[in-house]
Amino acid sequence: MSGYFKEIYDGGKSLLVGMGITFRYMVQPVVTLQYPHETVPMTPRFRGHIDLACDQAGNHKCIVCGTCQRNCPSGCISLKGEKPEGAKKKLLIAYQLDFTKCSLCGTCVESCPTDALIFSKNYNLAGLSGQEFILDLLKRQEERSK
Amino acid sequence: MSLFPEIIRIMAYVVGVLAFVGLNAAFLVWLERKVAGHIQRRIGPKEVGPFGVLQPVADGIKLISKQLVVPAQADSLLFRLSPVLTMTLAVTVFVVLPFGPSLVARDINIGLLLIFAFLSINVLALFIGGWGSNNKYAVVSAIRAVSQNVAYEVPMLIIVITMVMITSSMNLNVIVSQQGNLLQWHIFPWNGSILSPLAFLIFFVCTLAETNRAPFDLGEAESELVAGFHTEYSGMGFGLFFLGEYASVFVGCALASILFLGGWQCPLGIMPGVHWMLIKTYLLVFVVIWVRWTFPRTTLYGLLNLSWKVLVPFSLVILLVTAAQLKMPWPF
Amino acid sequence: MSDLAVDPSCETFVLNMGPQHPATHGALRIKLVLDGEYIVEAEPVLGYIHRMHEKMGENRSYLAFMPNTGRLDYLSALSYNHGYVSVVERAAGIAIPERAEYLRVITVELNRISSHLLWLGAFVLDLGGFTPLLYTMDDREQLLDLLESVTGSRLTYCYFRFGGLYNDVDDNFGPGARAFIKRMRRRLPMYHKLISKNVIFRQRLEGIAPVSAEMCRKYGATGPVARGSGIAYDVRKHEPYSVYPEFNFDIPVYEQGDSMARYLIRMDEIEQSLRIVEQGLDKLPPGPIMAVKVPKIIKPPKGDYYMAVEAARGSFGIRLVSDGSATPYRLKLRSPCLSNLSLFGEAARGLLLPDAVAFFGSLDLVIPDIDR
Repeated sequence: MSGYFKEIYDGGKSLLVGMGITFRYMVQPVVTLQYPHETVPMTPRFRGHIDLACDQAGNHKCIVCGTCQRNCPSGCISLKGEKPEGAKKKLLIAYQLDFTKCSLCGTCVESCPTDALIFSKNYNLAGLSGQEFILDLLKRQEERSK
Repeated sequence: MSLFPEIIRIMAYVVGVLAFVGLNAAFLVWLERKVAGHIQRRIGPKEVGPFGVLQPVADGIKLISKQLVVPAQADSLLFRLSPVLTMTLAVTVFVVLPFGPSLVARDINIGLLLIFAFLSINVLALFIGGWGSNNKYAVVSAIRAVSQNVAYEVPMLIIVITMVMITSSMNLNVIVSQQGNLLQWHIFPWNGSILSPLAFLIFFVCTLAETNRAPFDLGEAESELVAGFHTEYSGMGFGLFFLGEYASVFVGCALASILFLGGWQCPLGIMPGVHWMLIKTYLLVFVVIWVRWTFPRTTLYGLLNLSWKVLVPFSLVILLVTAAQLKMPWPF
Repeated sequence: MSDLAVDPSCETFVLNMGPQHPATHGALRIKLVLDGEYIVEAEPVLGYIHRMHEKMGENRSYLAFMPNTGRLDYLSALSYNHGYVSVVERAAGIAIPERAEYLRVITVELNRISSHLLWLGAFVLDLGGFTPLLYTMDDREQLLDLLESVTGSRLTYCYFRFGGLYNDVDDNFGPGARAFIKRMRRRLPMYHKLISKNVIFRQRLEGIAPVSAEMCRKYGATGPVARGSGIAYDVRKHEPYSVYPEFNFDIPVYEQGDSMARYLIRMDEIEQSLRIVEQGLDKLPPGPIMAVKVPKIIKPPKGDYYMAVEAARGSFGIRLVSDGSATPYRLKLRSPCLSNLSLFGEAARGLLLPDAVAFFGSLDLVIPDIDR
């Protein structure tokens, strides 16, 4: 019989302790960030989709070797180079990233021999069709370097 | 009494009660989300209107604009009847609730009995809703709701009988007027029964179970039964269940404050009125919300054990002790 | 399993829990034969998110399979990264600098804590308590911020590389991790008061769904599920890998085998992981994080290699068969969740529906890890 009352007492006490905890948290300040109005500071290593890096002169450093394309696990990179008349090196004429397939592993950035790729800090991606996520990185780079 | 003013009076009260039920639900939705937010260390609704107070209105507009889908295999009549019945019953109960000395739609002698009669039929509405949905989750939920209600009516009614013995009235206004100030409240052991604080506690727990609120929300049990009896309801069908639930939470807390905390009476005995009724009731509603956001859900068996092994014996003891005390003079 | 359940009342019905159900936390379907609310038979139906990870491993280079390992059990992705890089390193004979090993252990243990925290919140949510989820999310957020600053991602990490790490930790990592340890040690007693001691919670877990050690052996259950049934098996202790032998930590074991035991195991493991991280930060040696001689294209010699690591949910094993080419010949992934799920059917028989949901939660299953 005493066990019966002890059980009720202990149970009731545990419930009150729980309510005490939630009440304490209720009067404490909130810990959330009001997202569209405030944003989290981005860590330097944040990995967004890739972008072509700009050097001081505003040019990209891509030498069209195709290492990124070969190493990409998802096959989302396609680039095209052309050798203009008389030039020694190939010139990049198109760099396309199919972001719908990308898994943000960063293998392309690591494998690039000239460090021509960087991670963008672009996380606000939204669109109405899949086509909007096939990004033309060369165009993006040219726009940034302007 | 001529007929005409009586019709005006009825219509005024119908409009008033319906408006109050709607506003009450809107306010409670907002309060619940705000309290839940702060308990969970976030803000809760804040975008629509100042402090998000218009959020329930936005939700309501959304619900109204949705199509009410009746599942192909469902019992169309029962399916449509259930939300309306829930709502009707919850609203009817408001007829006898005294909000102020003269602010009561129908001041009748068996107000308490009427409330419990209607609250008990409420479970029928849930049951036919669950049954009519032709959904296995809904049926399981409906069965749970019924057995839960049967278990909790017993201790609750025993406590109510005890209170009726103390007050010797079933008229809610009479019960309130007996509790003129703080010291005369029925919750205190020197007014009637020495076990009345315990009686209040049992009544409150039973209110939680009766209104299907956490931790006794077995009927909804979203992690087990998806959404319980209202799994198949959309739009305002769901909305009416929602309104009905908040209305019965209000009624349960209002009853607790009428029976134990002096209803519309002021604790200091000055300026009684509708504001005291609302303050006391909403404080109790706050506790209900607070409880919901603290505890996990019980199981049906845990709940039945609590009812039959703890609440029923304790309430019977309260009944016997009170009866003995009323027959024997103080000091008991 | 047989189609006709032996039913006591001849009034059973079939309830499909899933593929979309709030309690399965993913696309898993459990076919329940119920008698009232009692479970007569429970049959998990798999395959709703099968993605052929093993086959994918066979037609791509070793490095290109790395991101896949973070997507099996996405909640403890680093453990899976660790298992995969270790087996390839073992096969190709690549030695790893010590600093890299320590950082691997530290980040894996932090990941284990974040996984257990998410489980704790989701588990209490299964039981109908919503608030602890937000508290654990608050703690977990600190961890994710920490790991994001190191690895660059928040969930599906891809941090380890053959021969070392993707990059070194910054100066803020040590103090940040220590601050988290301090915070977590303050929060754990709160969780115990709010959850473990709560009478409703205890009623729902104690003595519910006992899993015997025998059953764990039969189905190959590992991790907290086995340790909750009295089997003191932990890969970190019994087949030590990486630098785990240099750490001082205990393996919590409970004999009861009920849902409560599995819950307590994970709560204790959070404490042990905090200990490991603390020791790791103390001992963290300076030096390079990448081995000097790592071939550009990895071609392990012909052979059959196996490696198991202790992930948050149990022993994760990888069997790698190499034919000497640049792609694996066969890559078999042994996921802990599949084995832990297999005992559900037997152990759930006779339970009530809500208890089965609690039991399911206590197994801590990640559905993409079951289907791979």
